[in-house]
Amino acid sequence: MIDVADTIIHGVLLGGLYALFAIGLSITYGVMRVVNIAHGDFMVLAAYLALWPVTHLDMNPFVAIVPIVLLMFCLGYTVQRVVLNRTMGTNFLAPMLATFGMSIILRNGLQQTYHSDSRSFQIGALGTESLHLTDTIAIGKFPLIVFCVSVILVFLTSLLFSHTKIGMALRATSDDPETAGLMGIKAKRTYGVALGLSFALLAVGGIFAGIRTTFTPESGPASLLYAFEAVVIGGMGSLWGTFAGAVILGVAQGAGAQFGAGFGVLAGHLVFLAVLAFKPTGLFERTP
Amino acid sequence: MRDSLSYVVSRNTALSNAAVWAGVVAAIIVVAVPWLPYVGTFGFMRWAVEVMCYLVLAQMWNLMAGYGGLMSVGMQAFVGVGGYSVIIFAQHLGVHPFLAIPIAGAMAALAAAITAPLVFRMRGGYFAIGTWVLAEVFRIAFSNVSLLGGGSGQSLTVMSRIDRNTREVAIYLIAATTLIVASAVINLLLRSRFGLGLTALRDSEAAAESQGVDVRMLKFQVYTLASFGAGLVGAIYYTSILRLSPSAAFDPNWVVASIFIVVIGGIGTVEGPIVGTVIFFSLRWALADYGTWYWLVMGTVAVITIMFAPAGVWGFARARWDLQLLPLQRRLTLKSAADASAPKPSQFVSPSNLES
Repeated sequence: MIDVADTIIHGVLLGGLYALFAIGLSITYGVMRVVNIAHGDFMVLAAYLALWPVTHLDMNPFVAIVPIVLLMFCLGYTVQRVVLNRTMGTNFLAPMLATFGMSIILRNGLQQTYHSDSRSFQIGALGTESLHLTDTIAIGKFPLIVFCVSVILVFLTSLLFSHTKIGMALRATSDDPETAGLMGIKAKRTYGVALGLSFALLAVGGIFAGIRTTFTPESGPASLLYAFEAVVIGGMGSLWGTFAGAVILGVAQGAGAQFGAGFGVLAGHLVFLAVLAFKPTGLFERTP
Repeated sequence: MRDSLSYVVSRNTALSNAAVWAGVVAAIIVVAVPWLPYVGTFGFMRWAVEVMCYLVLAQMWNLMAGYGGLMSVGMQAFVGVGGYSVIIFAQHLGVHPFLAIPIAGAMAALAAAITAPLVFRMRGGYFAIGTWVLAEVFRIAFSNVSLLGGGSGQSLTVMSRIDRNTREVAIYLIAATTLIVASAVINLLLRSRFGLGLTALRDSEAAAESQGVDVRMLKFQVYTLASFGAGLVGAIYYTSILRLSPSAAFDPNWVVASIFIVVIGGIGTVEGPIVGTVIFFSLRWALADYGTWYWLVMGTVAVITIMFAPAGVWGFARARWDLQLLPLQRRLTLKSAADASAPKPSQFVSPSNLES
C-alpha cells in the first residue's frame, strides 16, 4: 500500500517535469498544427547552453534558467521567422520535414561540439534532501520545486492565453489565420511568438531535466515522445489537459518501472496507445 | 465546344519513352552485375545491396508521404519486423533463408495491418510521431525476447550452411529483383485509379472523400503496402550483413535516411528517390572521414531544400526544363486549325486536377 502511494507521488512529481516538456509542444500544435519534431533536441540545446554560465561563471543552475529562457525565446522566434514561416502553407508536411531536418542538425551538431559524454547540473544538497511526510513516505525537495514551478508556469500560460492581447492573437490565429489577418493580426509574427513561447517553456524543462538526471546530445527524441504522449493523452486545446496527461504519463512510467528497468518507458507508451484506442481525442479534450 | 479547338491528351513524351527503355536496360544491367567483370565482386555487391535497400525504403516512404500525405517517422518498425522475421523463420523455424525473406515482408505487412486501426486514429502531424512511438514499442518488445538474443541481438548463423558465393549472389539478386519490382509496381499503381485516389488524398482529404475516394481504405492499403516493402528491406539488409540487434533493426536512422533521400531528390515524384539516393550516397562517400559531419551536412541540405526548392532537385529540374521521365502526368496539347504548325507550349495537367 505504501509502495503504491510512493509510486503515485513520485509519478505525479515526474509528471510535473513532463508537463514542462509538453506545454510548448501543445502550444505550437494548437496554433500552427505542426508538431515540432526538433522539440526534444531544442530542449537538449537549452541544457547545453545553460552549461556554459554554470561551469564558467559559477552560476546557480536555477539562476541560469532566466537568461537561457530569454535566449531560447529569441531563438524560437527567429527559427519560426527565418526558417519555418517560409514552409508554412496548406500542408503540414513541409514545416514538419523542416523541423525533422533541424532535429538531425542539432543532434549531430551537439555531438560534434560536446561529444557523447553525459552531463548534468549540480545543485548541492537540495538535489538529495527530502521532506518526510510519514515515516515511510518522503518527497524529494527538488522534484517538488519542479512540480510547483510547472503548475505556476501552466497557470501563467493559460492567463496569457485568456487575458492578454498576444494570447488573443494566438487564439485567433489558431482558429483562422486569414480572418485573424483581416483583423490586423499578422500570422507570421504570431507564429514566431508561439514558437518563442514554446522554446522558453521547453528551456525550463530542459534545464530541470538536466538537474534531475543527465543529458547527452541523444536525449532529445525520448523527451519529444514523452511530450507528445502527454499532449495526446491530455487532449487538444487545453493546457491543463496537457498537464494532466503529463501527470498520467509520469505515474504510468513510475508504475512500469516497478517491473524492471526499461519497463517504465514501455508502460508510458502503452498507456498512450490505450488512450488512443479508447479515447482518441484525449481524456480532457476541450471542445471549442 | 468550338470546332476549331481540338486537343490531344497524352501521357507519353519522346523523353519518357526513351526513359522507359533506359529503365529496362538499367534493370537488365543491374541483374547482370554478378556476372560482369570488375563489379561482380562481393564487396561491390554488398555495397549495392545497401544502396538498393535505401532506395526501396525511400520509394516506400515517398509513396506514403509524397502521394498519400501520410508522413511516417516510424517506418523502422517494419524494417525491424522484417529483419526479426528472417531470424524467427530461418533460424528458429527452419524455413530456407531465401524463402524467409518474402515471408518477412508479409509479416511486416501483417504487423502494419494489425496496428493500422490504432495509428490511423491520429492524423497529420500526430500520425508522424505516433508511428515513431509504435516503432519504440516494437523495439522495446523485441529487446525483451530472450529467444531472439534480447537487447544484444543475434547473428544469422543459419546462413553459414549456404556457401559464400551462392549467398552473396542470391542476396544481391533478391535485392535487385525487389528494387525492380517495387519500381514497376509503384509506377503502374500511380497510373491506375489507386494512384489518382492517392494524389487526391494528398491534396485534400475532404475533397477526395467527396469525389468518392474511400479515404480510410486507401490509407490502409498504402500503409500496408509500404510496410511490406519496408519489411523486405529489413529482411534483405540483415540477411546481407548477417547480424541484427534491436537498436540497429529499429534504428530511427532508417527513416532519417529515407526522408532526406526523398526530400532532397523530390517528394511526390517517382524519379525523386533515385536522384536523392545518388546524392545521399555521394555525400556519404565524400564525407566518409568526417563522422557526424555527414549527418550535419545532410540535414542542412535537406532544410535548405525544403525552404528554397520544396519540390526537391528533381522537382526543380522538371519545372525548369519540363522533364518527365516516367509517364505519369497527362498532358493536354491544344491544336487549333489556324496555327497547328506553330509549336505550342504543352500544358501540364496534374492527375489531381484531371478529376475536377
